[in-house]
Amino acid sequence: MRLAGYDLIRSSVIRACGRLLVLAMLANVAAAPVRFNRDIRPILAENCLACHGPDQGQRKGALRLDQRTEALQPAKSGQPAIAPGNPSKSPLLHRINTQDADDVMPPIESQKKLSTAQKDLLQRWIKEGANYEAHWAFIPPQRPKPPAVKQRRWPRNAIDHFILARLEAERLRPSPEAERVTLIRRLSLDLTGLPPAPQEVDSFLNDHAPDAYERVVDRLLRSEHYGERMAIDWLDAARYADSNGYQVDRDREMYAWRDWVIRAFNTNKRFDEFTVEQLAGDLLPNSTLDQRIATGFHRNHMVNEEGGIIPEEFLADYCADRVETTATVWLAQTFNCARCHDHKFDPFTQRDFYGLFAFFHNVTEKGIGDYSANIRRNNPPMIQLPTPELEAKRTNLKREQSTSKEQLETLMSGQLATQAEWEQQVLNAPILWTRAPIDTATLGSNTLVQAKADQPVAFPALPKGRHVASIEFALPISNATALRIVLTATSTNATESISIPLTELSLNRLALAKPDEPKSATGTNAVSATPWTLRAAEIPGSLTAANATMALDSKGKKSATVKLDGSAATSAIYELEPKGDDAKAPLRLQWTIPADSALPAFTIDVAFTDRPSDTLVPGNVRSIITKPSNARTAEEKKQVSDFRTAKSPEHKILTTRLGALGKQVDEVDLQIPTALVMEELPAPRTTHILIRGAYDRQGDVVTPQTPGPLPPMATGLPRNRLGLARWLTDPANPLPARVMVNRFWQSIYGTGLVPTAEDFGIKGEPPSHPELLDWLATEFVESGWDVKAMMRLLVTSATYRQSSKLTPKSFERDPQNRLLARGPRFRLQGEFVRDQALVASGLLVRKIGGPSVRPYHPPGLYEQVVAGSSASTYVVGQGEDLHRRSLYTYWKRSVPNPAMLLFDAPFRESCAVRRPRTNTPLQALNLMNDPTFVEAARLIAERAMREGGDRSETRLIYAFRLITARPLHPKEMAVLQSGLARYRQQFSKDLGGAEQLLKVGATPADLTLGVAELAAYTTIASTLLNLDEVVTKE
Amino acid sequence: MLIARRQFLSRTATGLGVAALASLLNPSLLIGGSPTTGFTSPHFAPKARRVIWLTQAGAPSQLELFDYKPGLKDRFDQDLPGSIRGGQRLTGMTSGQARFPVAPSVYTFRQHGQSGMWLSELLPHLSRYADDLCLVRSLHTEAINHDPAMTLLQTGHQIAGRPSLGSWLSYGLGSENQNLPAFVVMISRPSGPTNAQPLHERMWGSGFLPPRYQGVRFSPGRDPVLFLSDPPGVTSSRRRAMLDDLKALNKMKADDWQDPETQARIDQYEMAFRIQSAVPELADLSREPESVFDLYGPESRKPGTFAANCLLARRLAERGVRFIQLYHRGWDQHDNLPNGIKSQCHDTDQPSAALLGDLKARGLLEDTLVIWGGEFGRTVFSQGKLTKDNYGRDHHPRCFSVWIAGAGVRGGMTYGETDDYSYNIVRDPVHIHDLNATILHLLGLEHTRLTYRHQGRDFRLTDIHGSVVRDILG
Repeated sequence: MRLAGYDLIRSSVIRACGRLLVLAMLANVAAAPVRFNRDIRPILAENCLACHGPDQGQRKGALRLDQRTEALQPAKSGQPAIAPGNPSKSPLLHRINTQDADDVMPPIESQKKLSTAQKDLLQRWIKEGANYEAHWAFIPPQRPKPPAVKQRRWPRNAIDHFILARLEAERLRPSPEAERVTLIRRLSLDLTGLPPAPQEVDSFLNDHAPDAYERVVDRLLRSEHYGERMAIDWLDAARYADSNGYQVDRDREMYAWRDWVIRAFNTNKRFDEFTVEQLAGDLLPNSTLDQRIATGFHRNHMVNEEGGIIPEEFLADYCADRVETTATVWLAQTFNCARCHDHKFDPFTQRDFYGLFAFFHNVTEKGIGDYSANIRRNNPPMIQLPTPELEAKRTNLKREQSTSKEQLETLMSGQLATQAEWEQQVLNAPILWTRAPIDTATLGSNTLVQAKADQPVAFPALPKGRHVASIEFALPISNATALRIVLTATSTNATESISIPLTELSLNRLALAKPDEPKSATGTNAVSATPWTLRAAEIPGSLTAANATMALDSKGKKSATVKLDGSAATSAIYELEPKGDDAKAPLRLQWTIPADSALPAFTIDVAFTDRPSDTLVPGNVRSIITKPSNARTAEEKKQVSDFRTAKSPEHKILTTRLGALGKQVDEVDLQIPTALVMEELPAPRTTHILIRGAYDRQGDVVTPQTPGPLPPMATGLPRNRLGLARWLTDPANPLPARVMVNRFWQSIYGTGLVPTAEDFGIKGEPPSHPELLDWLATEFVESGWDVKAMMRLLVTSATYRQSSKLTPKSFERDPQNRLLARGPRFRLQGEFVRDQALVASGLLVRKIGGPSVRPYHPPGLYEQVVAGSSASTYVVGQGEDLHRRSLYTYWKRSVPNPAMLLFDAPFRESCAVRRPRTNTPLQALNLMNDPTFVEAARLIAERAMREGGDRSETRLIYAFRLITARPLHPKEMAVLQSGLARYRQQFSKDLGGAEQLLKVGATPADLTLGVAELAAYTTIASTLLNLDEVVTKE
Repeated sequence: MLIARRQFLSRTATGLGVAALASLLNPSLLIGGSPTTGFTSPHFAPKARRVIWLTQAGAPSQLELFDYKPGLKDRFDQDLPGSIRGGQRLTGMTSGQARFPVAPSVYTFRQHGQSGMWLSELLPHLSRYADDLCLVRSLHTEAINHDPAMTLLQTGHQIAGRPSLGSWLSYGLGSENQNLPAFVVMISRPSGPTNAQPLHERMWGSGFLPPRYQGVRFSPGRDPVLFLSDPPGVTSSRRRAMLDDLKALNKMKADDWQDPETQARIDQYEMAFRIQSAVPELADLSREPESVFDLYGPESRKPGTFAANCLLARRLAERGVRFIQLYHRGWDQHDNLPNGIKSQCHDTDQPSAALLGDLKARGLLEDTLVIWGGEFGRTVFSQGKLTKDNYGRDHHPRCFSVWIAGAGVRGGMTYGETDDYSYNIVRDPVHIHDLNATILHLLGLEHTRLTYRHQGRDFRLTDIHGSVVRDILG
């Protein structure tokens, strides 16, 4: 998580100022009693509790100071540290005042030191009885009555009573109401994140009805851009991103969840339901698809998929992340401190941490990202969200799949029925071979046979070397299924043994061009050779298939060695798959004999059979079927069945079709969006306390339980995520309503009533207006957790409507505007800055939701750091993708959009509920030079020239209004006029430069407006986009 | 002095008068504005003014480069004794291996310099500077996978979200150059075909420190800094004119609204303009003499290489940039290690040595700390098939080697010792926290006192650990 407002230095100063205010007040009431929460707790928390606080493991001297009963117990020394009402008998005071370096508290090595004022406070506190108070955040909010005020006409709603009462107590006056044009821009940005259009400004300025303001508020709350604006903060809190975050940082698909959030805000879903559905929508009875999508909230955490990680380690990290996120978002408690040990300052134990952990430990997920299925883009559990078209397409494919599967089953049962008959034929019917009558046979350039020799081809003795032989013949039978080559030695010496190497055997059908086909250009018949498919068959009595296959090696790398003893013959049998052309056409068989040594004479005999190929069984199949069927093993039966199906053309057709259908289903699946969701294991995992937070050091077993210091779960609530969510939205829980209204306040006023929006613990800053916070919290619950009503309440207050102008005095008095004697003024979030430019230029594509998009991006950023090749480049999108609202920009955790980072967006690695607000030169470079803003400036210039009248004066006024909403003052006009004249003159002398400037961005420039003129106005518009007030809400 | 003020403010504001506060609130001094100039020495006199961290991402093998184990030759292909391995956890990549055969380095070592430091034949250039190096062979970490290990090395914590060392220094010491960031990052890819682990922007992120302390990535090409160049057609004089108009308009706003933030924004735009000339001047190597390119090697002429980045590192150091971090990727040799590491050394040895020599020649090494190393070590046993001349090595967190040179560090020193297998540390272990504590110490910062309050807790780079390794201080 990231925090700290503004710059470090500023925040330090401001923190100091906040405390000064408290002190200033204190000085006025010096005689008033010491208050524990206000005066003492901060001293103890800062200086004492690390060793004398809730963490039992670190406690020194058996002294615990954060609870009264404990603090009054005898410590290790035997004496209680505090004697209420009796400072001189309280060792605590002695220890903090002593000069003895060994004894003094806090110890010197802690580098902490108490001031005299702090020591005095502690002394007075003990003297007054050492009274404790519960920490404010743990006391359930009581609905206070809005206090009376002197300026009775100022308040517009209850908020103003609390604010004004405090101002009056501080002798401050509220600022006057801001100008209307300032107000409508402030409202539009606060409620939709977009600036108002000039027409909207005009209609508000001209609307003098008493409720004109409220009607603008209601219009904005009805806008669907309201949901987008509210979602941005929630996405930070939910650590939403489009990639997994660890190592190769693969993409994930979660936009359905993001769109759910936008819809939930737009339909004003009650915040309690919003909570329950996101934490436990899947556990609701008859949960809807939307409720399951909502549970993606707790799948937004990072996921590791690095090879070699230990899954248990990361599973523990994911669950811890859920605990910490839940505790930050709903409770504003720093639970991460209790992961390894009891919390040092707040009263949460390590057991409390793992009690929450147990709620989240039952998800059907793996510690290492699981992408094993070929279609997975997400790490299960996930759901598919098909469009109706895709759904229909998939249903059809599935139907075809099951039809083909049925046909296949029918085929298989038919095969089973004919099994006995088939075996009979295989075993008992001999294979009939018909010799091929030879047309010609050649050996190298010698002709061995001239024509029609119905006998084996005789080869003479061959010298050492490579010999190519070929035989041409007609196919002797139709429907040939196998070819047999028989080699016989014809040596006179019957005892001689010869080895004939044989390689590059090929069988070509010479298909003559059909008579009606056109002749080739050269006038000879076009000849196309259709190869037979040759496959060595392993049939008893021939070479083994493995051996015979070698002769088919067309590269001649291997050879079959045919060994002949005396007059013995050896045959090789090849299965044929004719391609179905004219069976009577001549065939050519060709092969190579690479002889290492001279060979004696031999013959080759070529024959064919038409025996069905499924009965040409290999030796292993034959030997199986010679056994009685009940003596065959399952594996053997399978071998036989596989052999038969392999020979079945119908089977081949069906399996091919099924394969294709499977691919088509996969393709459809790939188009179907998915979303990560929560899903419970049937049996929960056992949860242990992890000693020092280490995944492999298991301590006691814990069951799901809510943290001890907070009110217990109502009886009857299930001990699962659903029960936890109901507990979080139980009005008895003192934190969630306060925490949420504080964040709504922060989004509007820039700083929460509790500035540390993520930490309501004792080290967080206390609320500036505790009664107001409680009033808002109870109002929120009583309204039925109505978020829109709360936002409406905040922006319709007189407090909100104040001018944000400062004076040196008012700044000095309250630099951070904690007392709200003026309206909020602070730099816009990065998303707002960009979206505002898109609106002013008219480029914004107002489409809600959908997959994330890739707008302009500096080249080369990915290549340096991203692994692999496919994802290592950022491919800039096209068309609408370039100009969608910034919350739709693709968020890669390892390299988030650089402009958003420059404007202080978090990395989205973990929950963030407060963004810092810096002011840096790199932001200036972005606003001046990013094509996003250069293009927007040009489009604004075009609008000004087209819509802003004919004179430069009216055009400048128009451009200025598009960007700032307000009218242009004469002094400003003078600056812009002289600038315009200067740029116009410069660009008219440098039309090339002007054209280059106008080419920035994908939207073509309207050059009919004049190159130099448009470039000059573009420069003016760019100046305006860089104005302080433009990047600021004021 | 600034630090003192920061600490003072963040610790306790009691006793600070409103008038004093008002002077502190002089907005031009404080808000977002000009970086601090001039070196501040908050805790004690520093030895180093800046750091150049040559991060070797992917984890170079200590066995081939720094940790000489002659005895392994005789143990080729023998099983790593169980007594050595102990209960050490292994990554999922080798935990299923049936055997853990010892793979001795195929590369030989020789002694160098007066100190007789043992260095690998893969490092001929670096070896010339043996007497400037402090070679720590006993570094160790907890993480066994790249992402958490690199995060730990950079931020002192395995889980993302804490500030990196450069951010801490930038926060603690500020910048010495008005026109350049205090923390600059440059990345190079390996030239050879090798497994280049990804890096993440968060590795140089500022975590919970304000984002202005984030490292700024300098890239090769048109825009060394993001959005640096003016759009085409906008000349520098046009930019200046536009900025003058902008300033005039913003001044009107500042006068009218009186928000110091507006004045701060005016200052930021002026600084942006200065950056626009300072960065190209920095990145422009055309005025470097031939001899410099000869020193850094031919690759130094190619923008984006480790060699070019080393040369830029020297230029950044000359200009007072506080923390310069280079990453060279590609050291993750799970297989084919002998070839892979050779190619990596080809990329890095000459430039790393050249940087040392160049800094030394310019007198900059006296106050610049140079560190070279990766996120963990590699196993003595082979991952996958072991042959006489080829093998791979898995991740090994229990010991690895880095070298440190420059300001305040003893040269020619070999510190720490591992067992015969370079598997366990037997003498002078140095945890990453100890290394970080030592780096801060050399920069004049007491690591227990450089803190930042976040979520109610005072966080440190070294968390609750770390002690300065005094033995290696000069």
